[in-house]
Order: sequence, then structure tokens, then C-alpha cells
Amino acid sequence: MAHASDYKNVYYVPHGSYWPMVGSVGLFLLAGGFAMALNGHGVGSWVSIAGAATLLVMVFGWFRDVINESVAGLYNAQVERTYRWAMGWFIFSEGMFFGAFFGALFYARTFAISWLGGEGEKGLTGNLLWPDFAATWPTAGPLELGGEFIAMGAWGLPAINTAILLTSSWTLTIAHHAIKEDNRQKVINWLAATVALGVIFLFIQGYEYVHAYQDLNLTLESGIYGSTFFMLTGFHGLHVTLGAIILAVILIRLIKGHMSADNHFAFEAGAWYWHFVDVVWVGVFIFVYIL
Amino acid sequence: MAYSATADEHHDAHHDGPAPGLMRWVTTTNHKDLGTLYLWFSLIMFFVGGSMALVIRAELFQPGLSLVQPEFFNQMTTMHALIMIFGAVMPAFVGLANWLLPMMIGAPDMALPRVNNWGFWILPFAFTLLLSTLFMPGGAPALGWTMYPPLVLQTGEAFPFLILSIHLMGISSIMGAINIVATILNMRAPGMTLMKMPLFVWSWLITAYLLIAVMPVLAGAVTMLFTDKFFGTAFFSAAGGGDPVLFQHIFWFFGHPEVYILILPAFGIISHIIPAFCRKPLFGKASMVYAMAAIAFLSFIVWAHHMFTVGMPLAAALFFMFATMLIAVPTGVKIFNWLATMWRSAMTFETPMLFALGFVFMFTIGGLSGLMLAIVPADFQYHDSYFVVAHFHYVLVPGSVFAIMAGVYYWLPKWTGVMYSEVLGKLHFWLTTIFVNLTFFPMHFIGLAGMPRRIPDYALQFTTFNQMATVGAIGFGLSQLIFLYIVIRSVSRAGEKASDRVWEGSEGLEFEVPSPAPYHTFTTPPAVR
Ligand code: HEM
Ligand SMILES: [Cu+2]
Repeated sequence: MAHASDYKNVYYVPHGSYWPMVGSVGLFLLAGGFAMALNGHGVGSWVSIAGAATLLVMVFGWFRDVINESVAGLYNAQVERTYRWAMGWFIFSEGMFFGAFFGALFYARTFAISWLGGEGEKGLTGNLLWPDFAATWPTAGPLELGGEFIAMGAWGLPAINTAILLTSSWTLTIAHHAIKEDNRQKVINWLAATVALGVIFLFIQGYEYVHAYQDLNLTLESGIYGSTFFMLTGFHGLHVTLGAIILAVILIRLIKGHMSADNHFAFEAGAWYWHFVDVVWVGVFIFVYIL
Repeated sequence: MAYSATADEHHDAHHDGPAPGLMRWVTTTNHKDLGTLYLWFSLIMFFVGGSMALVIRAELFQPGLSLVQPEFFNQMTTMHALIMIFGAVMPAFVGLANWLLPMMIGAPDMALPRVNNWGFWILPFAFTLLLSTLFMPGGAPALGWTMYPPLVLQTGEAFPFLILSIHLMGISSIMGAINIVATILNMRAPGMTLMKMPLFVWSWLITAYLLIAVMPVLAGAVTMLFTDKFFGTAFFSAAGGGDPVLFQHIFWFFGHPEVYILILPAFGIISHIIPAFCRKPLFGKASMVYAMAAIAFLSFIVWAHHMFTVGMPLAAALFFMFATMLIAVPTGVKIFNWLATMWRSAMTFETPMLFALGFVFMFTIGGLSGLMLAIVPADFQYHDSYFVVAHFHYVLVPGSVFAIMAGVYYWLPKWTGVMYSEVLGKLHFWLTTIFVNLTFFPMHFIGLAGMPRRIPDYALQFTTFNQMATVGAIGFGLSQLIFLYIVIRSVSRAGEKASDRVWEGSEGLEFEVPSPAPYHTFTTPPAVR
């Protein structure tokens, strides 16, 4: 292996890696197995689990390589800029994914429901099919799919949860300043606080789901309200989970002594992701809970 | 523009060549290897999807049900489209990007070489999932590549495979696109300012942006289908307060930018080839860049032109009509710039130039039929007829596919180090051009006369034109075997040796390195003046 100093002016190009192939096989098993399971073939679940495990192995192996290369000083400033661009555009793509679901919510509330209720240019069909249906929100549609339900209020736990997530963005920013000052203990403390807040958020979210299913009869099957509520909060929750795992890994790396005041892009990438997830939550809270 | 290569760029002191054996292709992080893989994958899918098209055309040779069951016919139209779009055209452009972008901007490789490998290797698995549905109970998906609910929800065992394979393709595209953006923005040789960037690079920067913006939207749309089918959500069910038309909005918000994803890199390729064979710089380079950016922007606000007949408020119909027509302006700028480049130039007609000229003329035919479709009252007649089929095949086959072939002929000698046979290349061009028109031109007429698309049977009066189309399609398919032969010969290094410049009028950093291009190029960046 060449000396690290050789790489100061040379863009580091890794050679021959098995991880992408491991990852492709993992995705293949995960998707194929899941599809089989949905078609009622019992082995499918096992294939799918094997795929998820393969993907995990890939993530560990791949990131281990990247971390080793980073620690060995193979990455110059240009490589780091690549990671910045890549992470930024990845987050943009995630934003577009959420956009599809927010778009569905907007369309349902502004157009679909009022047409079904007989208003506007396409109201005639709604009037003929379901004369008794009045456009309201929340709704499970003219046939009340999933039965009567109570919508999730905004000002109890969800508001507290919003505060928790916003606070976690703030603690993370303190940690970020601390890493720039090279104050390791301070970073570790505030980052740990951030991860803890994230986990608390997830617990409350889980509690809210149980409450919805058991007390409110609000389920994934509660028409368009249930669909948009659970898909938006659910995908958001998945992203919080992912973000919390990323931050937890970074926390472990910090404890191990990785990263420094001028070399901590992994930290920043995780932080960007966390703030992004936060911003999405603000959207969810406003459009799903309050309005 | 002039370039000067640094002294040590042609010998690779501390870099090795390709790894020996087949594992090279599995573990490679080299942009040239991955470009090759993408291009071969695309060519294979081109033939797989092409065979399906031939099944369609064979059935349509006569009215009445003659050859296949209607269900199978519908499976063929659906799979043909999905395979050609996601398996043939998109990977071909990514393959060209892999081969060319690093060389064109003087970079040692793509910015994220491992991600590059992953992006490619997901594809064969994704298409295995998709193609495996042909052998399942209920067969492959049969609702058309547009997957409209509620009907698509009746798909059998194929359904989850369809959705999840699309997810995999999306992951692959997004990773590829992120890699391309990072490469272009971060890996240019010193001195290569944005406006000095070759147009193929520009076209890919804009395309990659479109991909990152809309592939996740497609993912969202198919996820909603998925949960509607399996987990009881009601996004597209009016009974639950949803709306099947909502799917069409989300799908086409992806779908229209997607068609520009399928054509912008073609614009880039053509903008390299025409100046090279006219021995003259491209007319209006900056306006070409602005035109592409304008097209990309407009492509986000025209989607509902695919849905005029489902009904929408009048104001919306008018907006989408005029926005669609606006796209003709930047598109026209590009066509005029290409023509102006040719004006009074010392043109020669080697195979890449022939394909480029074919592109300019026949893509324009497709653009004009697109304008007709954009007119709301006219579209009420044309929608879902063979006229639409004629339109998108003119922009996609003598458009995108011709540009890919032009690009392959243009850069193949650089990749392999040998010239292909010009006689065979010209034969390929003329046969392809004759047959492509024989196949798709009559579709305008039968479409205007009222023949619907995606139907295995038709009224007697459409017979003659359908028979012409079928003969054309078979001829087109067979002509592509010439292309396969040419490529295989070149790859096995049979032919005259190519010079480093390859063509008399070729410009750009990729023509500064030897032919065939060494495994590693520009490990230290060249100076660009
Ligand atoms: C001047 C530019 C263009 C205009 C004005 C235009 C307009 C249209 C319109 C209005 C439709 C909908 C027709 C209908 O379903 O009733 C359509 C369909 C289509 N266009 Fe274009 N188009 C243009 C360029 C392109 C390009 C460059 C491509 C791809 C390379 C393309 C690919 C398609 C495809 C694939 C469809 C059919 C989708 C489907 O229903 O399966 N178009 N176009
Ligand atoms: Cu369109």
C-alpha cells in the first residue's frame, strides 16, 4: 500500500471491492423473498431475512473499509468534497420521496375529497355515487373504510414529541460546535443526549400508534386519513430510526477516538441527515396533525 | 479550446491494469469496466425487449387473434416498455457516461467508484426479478408500463415483483445519478470551468439532477400501489376518500421528466458528433446549455398533458397545454443550432454522422407530433391511439436509440483501438433508417384513423398499415444483428488500428489519450487552457 502522503494531491480511487456485489445479492434476496412472502410462499420471509442480514454485513464491511481508509489519511480535501455533494444530493432525493406523500395528502384534501363531496368541476360523479357523503377532513371516505375512527389530536403527546425532536436538533448543533473546538467530552455528551432524545421520540411515536390502534380505531386501513397519517409518520419514523443509528455509530467512533476538529465529515453527514429528518417532521406536524 | 497533457499521464507507474479472471467484472471500480458492463447489459436488454416487440408485431400482422392470447399480448406490451426504458436506454446512457465523463473532464475515475459498481450490479438482479414474473401464475404484469390503478391492483403474483424490481432500478438510478453529479461538480481538471465543459457532460449534469428529483417520486407512487394492494391503504380508492387519478398525477410528475432523462444525454451526444464531422465548432454552445436547462425546468410543469382525457379543470388543461408547447421553444433552439453548425461546413458522412443526421430529422418528426398531442381538443382524439405510439417511438427510437448508436460508432474506436467497418456501419444505418420509418410512420395514420393502442386485435381497414409496420419491425430487428456483429468484431480487436484522434475533426480530452484508452487515464489531472 502506498504511503498516505502520496494521496495529498491524488484523488483516492479504491480498487476491487466485493461489498457492492454483496449488497446487490442482499437487495435481491430481500426484495425477492418479500415478494414471495406476500404471495403466500412461506420460505419468502426467510429469504427476505437472509437478504436483510446480507445487507447488514455489507453495510458493516463497506463502512469499515471507508473508515479505515479515512483513518489512514487516504482522503484528501477533494474526496471529502465528493462525500459532501453525495450526501447533499442523497438528502434531496429523500426529500422528493416525502414530497410524493405530502403531494398525495394535499391532493386528497384539496381535490379528491371535495369532488367526492359533490363540489367543483368533478363533483357530479361524487353526487351520483355517494349523495350522502359530505366533504370533511379527517375522513375515511364515503364507505368509511376501516370503520369509524377518531383522528389524532395535535396538542398532546405529538406536540411534546415535536419539542423533543426540535430540542435534539439543538443539542446536535451544540455537539457540532464542540467538535469544531476539539472538545471531545463535550461532543460525546451532547451527541449522546441527541441520540437519547431520538430514541425517546421513537418510543412516544410507538406509544401513539398503540393508542391509535387500540383506543381510536385509527389504523392504516382508515381510508385516506389513515393512509396518509401512517405512511407519513411511518416513513418519517423509519428515517428517525436510521438517523439515530447513524448518530449512535458516530458516537461510538467518537468514544473510540476517531475524527477531529478538521476531519469529521461523517459527523456532519449524520447531522445533516438528522436536521433533514427534523424539518420533515415539522412538515408532518403542521400538515398531518395541526391542519 | 486547447489542452495540454502532462508528461506522466500515459504511463501508470503505481497503478495496475485490470484484475485477471472473471472476478474483475464483479469487483471492479474502474469507470471503463463499468461503462462496458452497462453497455453490454443494455445491448442484451435491447434484444430481449426487442423480441417482445416482435411478438407484439407478429400478433398484429393480421386482424383477429392469431398467435398469442390477449393476456400474453398485454404482458408483452408492458414488459417491452419497462425493459426498453429502464433496461436498455437508461443503462446505455449511464454506460456512455461512465466511459466518457471522467475522460472528458480529465478525472482519474468517477467520484464514487464503489457506488458506481453497486449501481450497475443491482440492475441484473432487478431485471431477474422482473423477468421471472413471465413464469409465474398469472404471468407478467399486463397493465402497461404506466401501471394505472385500480386495474393494476388485479395483477397476480407478478405484482410485488413488479413493484420491488422498480424500487431496485430506482435505487440504482439514484446512486448512478448522485455519482455523476459529484463527478462533474468535483472532479474537473483545473481550468475546466463549467462553461468549458463539453456538452455531453452538461447534458448529463442536468439529466442526473432530473433523475435525483423524480426517481424518488416514482418510488413513492409505486409504494402507494404496494400498500394499497397489501396493507389496506386507500390512496387510490375513492371509497376510502382517495382517487385513482391521484396515481396518474404522481406517476406523470415522474413520467414526463423521465422522457427527458431519455433524451437529454442524446442531445449531448449529437452536439459532439455534428461539429466533429462538420469540422466546425458547435453553433451557440451557451444557448445549448440554457436550452437544456430550460427543458429540464419545464419538464416539471407539463405532466398533465398525459391525462387530458381523464378530465381536469379547464384552467389546468390550458396551463398544461401552453406549458407543453413552450418546450418546443428550447427544443427548437437546439435543432436550429445543429442545423446552423452544418450550414456551409465541410461535412462528411461517416456512420456516426449518418446516425446523428437521422436523429435530427426524425427526432423533429417526433417533436412535431408531440406538439399536436399537446393541443387539448386534438389530444381528446389522439389519446391512447397509435398516434401516441408513433409519437413516442419517433422520439425514442430514431431519437434516443439512434443517438446511442451514433455515440457508440463515434467512440468505439477510442474504446477498442480499432476502426469498425465503415461499409457495415453504413449498411446498418440505412437498413435501420428504412425499417424504422416503415415500422413507425404508418402508425400515425392508423392512430389518426382511430386504432387504439395496447390492443391485440383491430378493425379490418387497419390491416395494410399494420402489415407494413410488422415487416418494418422484423427488418429493424434483423438489422440490429449487423450492429451486434460490428461491436463483437471491434471488441475482439479485429479491424484497422485507430489513431488517437480517431476522427479528423474530433475535439475533447478523450481524444488526447491513446486508442484504446488505457485502463487508467488522467491519474494526474491535465491542464486545460
Ligand atoms: C416537443 C416535445 C414534446 C412534446 C410537446 C410532447 C408531448 C406529448 C404528449 C402531449 C403526450 C401525451 C399523449 C397522449 O397520451 O395522449 C406525449 C406522450 C409521450 N411522449 Fe412526448 N412530447 C415531446 C417530446 C418527447 C420526448 C423527447 C420523449 C422521449 C424521449 C417523449 C416521450 C413520450 C412518451 C414515452 C409518451 C407516451 C407515454 C405513454 O402514455 O405511455 N416525448 N408526449
Ligand atoms: Cu410528457
